[in-house]
Amino acid sequence: MNDLVVAALLATGAAWMLIASIGILRMPDVYMRMQASTKASSLAAGLMLGAVALHFGQAGVTARALAAIGFLYLTVPVAAHLIARAAYHAGVPLWEGTHVDELANAADPGPHGPRDPDPADGLAAAPKD
Amino acid sequence: MSHTLGEYAIVLDVTFAILGVALVLTFVRLLQGPSLPDRVVAFDLSTIIVLGILAVHSVASDTPVLLDVGIVLALITFLATIGFAQSLARRAGGKT
Repeated sequence: MNDLVVAALLATGAAWMLIASIGILRMPDVYMRMQASTKASSLAAGLMLGAVALHFGQAGVTARALAAIGFLYLTVPVAAHLIARAAYHAGVPLWEGTHVDELANAADPGPHGPRDPDPADGLAAAPKD
Repeated sequence: MSHTLGEYAIVLDVTFAILGVALVLTFVRLLQGPSLPDRVVAFDLSTIIVLGILAVHSVASDTPVLLDVGIVLALITFLATIGFAQSLARRAGGKT
């Protein structure tokens, strides 16, 4: 029974990892790729580390698995937020179907100043799809 | 390959294969970019996939010490991503 639950958790986590990687490959711009990869991979890592904790069933292993899950759930959204903000201000283009860009007309452009309209240093190449 | 998980041992091999495919797909995005943030996001995802591979391998080989490797990997990736974001923001802000 325990083995069945561990196997199911591992398989589900691997499936979510695959969904995350398909999303990062197929989504049209960096912001959508980010939301596909961070959310699905956080869930997948949580499931797989939970499977490890359940498989060993020792207090030390469970504590380390929980610590890893908590650390991931704290850091992955923070890192994605920072990268998205930096990408936006560096002028990485949005997908042409994007309707809402609330930062474009914001009264306070934030600590990095306004969006770079003409990224010429190769940081933000145009997306090719 | 392994003797853990009893009759469900095949799940471990299938999981390894799925994670390998996911790693390859992420590396395609890492190679083709096109912008630096794309590569950073792909790198981030690839280390989380490696963390999943570590989890499966620790179950398959009954070595829970691999979890420590995973925690350190996640920590280093977080610091690298923060560094990339800082560098990107500074280069974008310095040009205006």
